[in-house]
Amino acid sequence: MTSTHLSPPLQIPGRDGYSIHVNDFSLWYGDFQALFNVNIDIKQGLITAMIGPSGCGKTTMLRSMNRINERYGNVKTTGSITILGKNILDEDVSVATLRKSVGMVFQRPNPLPISIFDNVLFGLKSHTPSGYYSRRELQDLVEQSLTEVGLWSEVKDQLKRKATELTLEQQQKLCIGRLMPLKPEIILMDEPCSALDAAGIERIEALIGGMRGKFTIVMVTHNMAQARRASDECIFMLMGEIIEHSPTMDLFMNPVHEKTAMYIEGRYG
Amino acid sequence: MHSQAQNPFGPTPYERKKERASLIAKVVTFVMSMALVIPMLLIIGLIFVKGWSVISVDYLWENPRGGGIAGGIWGPLIGTFFLTLTCLVIVAPVGVLAGIYLNEYAPDNRATRAIMIAVTSLAGVPSIVHALFGLGAFVVAMHMGKSLLAAACTLAVMTLPVIITSTREALAAVPRNFREACWNLGASKWQTIRTIVLPNSISGILTGVILVVSRAAGETAPIMLTGAAAYLPLPENMPDKLMPYYLGDQFLALAMHLNVIARDVPNMPTEMKFGSALVLLCLILLINSLAIIIRVQLRRRKRW
Ligand SMILES: Nc1ncnc2c1ncn2[C@@H]1O[C@H](COP(=O)(O)OP(=O)(O)O)[C@@H](O)[C@H]1O
Ligand SMILES: [Mg+2]
Repeated sequence: MTSTHLSPPLQIPGRDGYSIHVNDFSLWYGDFQALFNVNIDIKQGLITAMIGPSGCGKTTMLRSMNRINERYGNVKTTGSITILGKNILDEDVSVATLRKSVGMVFQRPNPLPISIFDNVLFGLKSHTPSGYYSRRELQDLVEQSLTEVGLWSEVKDQLKRKATELTLEQQQKLCIGRLMPLKPEIILMDEPCSALDAAGIERIEALIGGMRGKFTIVMVTHNMAQARRASDECIFMLMGEIIEHSPTMDLFMNPVHEKTAMYIEGRYG
Repeated sequence: MHSQAQNPFGPTPYERKKERASLIAKVVTFVMSMALVIPMLLIIGLIFVKGWSVISVDYLWENPRGGGIAGGIWGPLIGTFFLTLTCLVIVAPVGVLAGIYLNEYAPDNRATRAIMIAVTSLAGVPSIVHALFGLGAFVVAMHMGKSLLAAACTLAVMTLPVIITSTREALAAVPRNFREACWNLGASKWQTIRTIVLPNSISGILTGVILVVSRAAGETAPIMLTGAAAYLPLPENMPDKLMPYYLGDQFLALAMHLNVIARDVPNMPTEMKFGSALVLLCLILLINSLAIIIRVQLRRRKRW
């Protein structure tokens, strides 16, 4: 799949064309500082890849964007992360509501040990009192969501099957599909293909490419070829700092920083 | 000589030594495991052989007579049943909910760790100490008197730490990435626990509860001081015979009965002692197999 480079961001009224603004954001795990004064503006509707050597803080940055990091021990932050005009680190932000708008897909597919049908609806049901939607509406939602991720025809006759029995590729598609009923603004993906084989990677990349424009996607990868193939913009991180953020082709063809050049030439990482 | 020179992968002397050590380890560990199994089989076998002759429907259905020297085992059997059931009703909700709090909600700090250490140490307290506590707290201070309720409460206190610990272990065995998935979809902790964590740990939780309660069914010390009687005349008329004790009554129980007839009743026929031991043993085996059945059934449904 070749990247249709930089389709222009959707202009939605009341938005500035950006989905996420990270301002002077630093993060500590206990005494260990993992992120240093990060500033990023992520454009609405694009696929932004985050690359960098292992341990440079990509996962940490991504997890900060839906505040899931708070669950992992003693985390302290400074600075701000603004999504839809609101600093999500503010006291009055409900993380449940935030995560409805900012979904996440993990490295290892993590469907819940319940039926495919229930997996798709789990998020929605967590946010609405029981009985809020009719049976019919729920069924339609499941069909739409699974169609969106190209899973419907494969599983439409086995919706009662346990999701953990699917193949890894199907599981990962399901994990993307179950975000659909929540109509997220942003989808965060942490190395979403790394558990898959080559054919699976290609199909998931195609799926992610097809979501361009409908969602803002931030994807961590340490596969540079994938960043190149599948993203519109690319962020290069090193030791907790942002080194470079440019359109993907620019970053790979004409890197501004020497460190970026060294990394993409494979001299470290 | 010749063939050895030709085999490039023959064992070196060090390799042979390694293998010998491994074999010795295997034999020693096997013997030790038999040291557990053989006495157990001997005990069970002895009880079966010596007690089998008295077992009959009449023996199970008749109340003991003459201080236990004659008659059957019905009163103690039904007493142990009610005692265990009452204990279960008290301890299961408390223990399981406490386990849920400690594993799912409690912050990982000093206070929580201190509580966990207290729970673990409490599990090691001898049952006679629980008996004295039960006597002081339930029988005397809370005015329950020596009764089924006081004895069940004492057993509940005794089994609580173990149930909390086993519940916690069952919950902790649910993989973290399921919880992670739930949080990320915006589910609250309670939604996560209710819909994902509990259904996937219920077999472990129930097994823990049942095993612990079955152990409690065989205890003598805690109930001796808090409500179990050595001997009681029991009603023989029909509905009352099925439910001879109320919560406030003293009662007979198998473990206590066995203790009494084995030591205190003169001229007690040996086969009756072994008979009641056999009934107690079978009851406990029955409860334990129930636990196994539940575990197998529920585990078959879960797969990840
Ligand atoms: N929960 C944690 N507690 C302490 N240190 C952590 C934790 N998670 C990550 N780190 C550290 O933070 C740094 C960045 O980690 P991470 O964000 O996972 O990097 P990446 O995803 O780029 O490989 C690493 O040095 C890692 O050891
Ligand atoms: Mg990572």
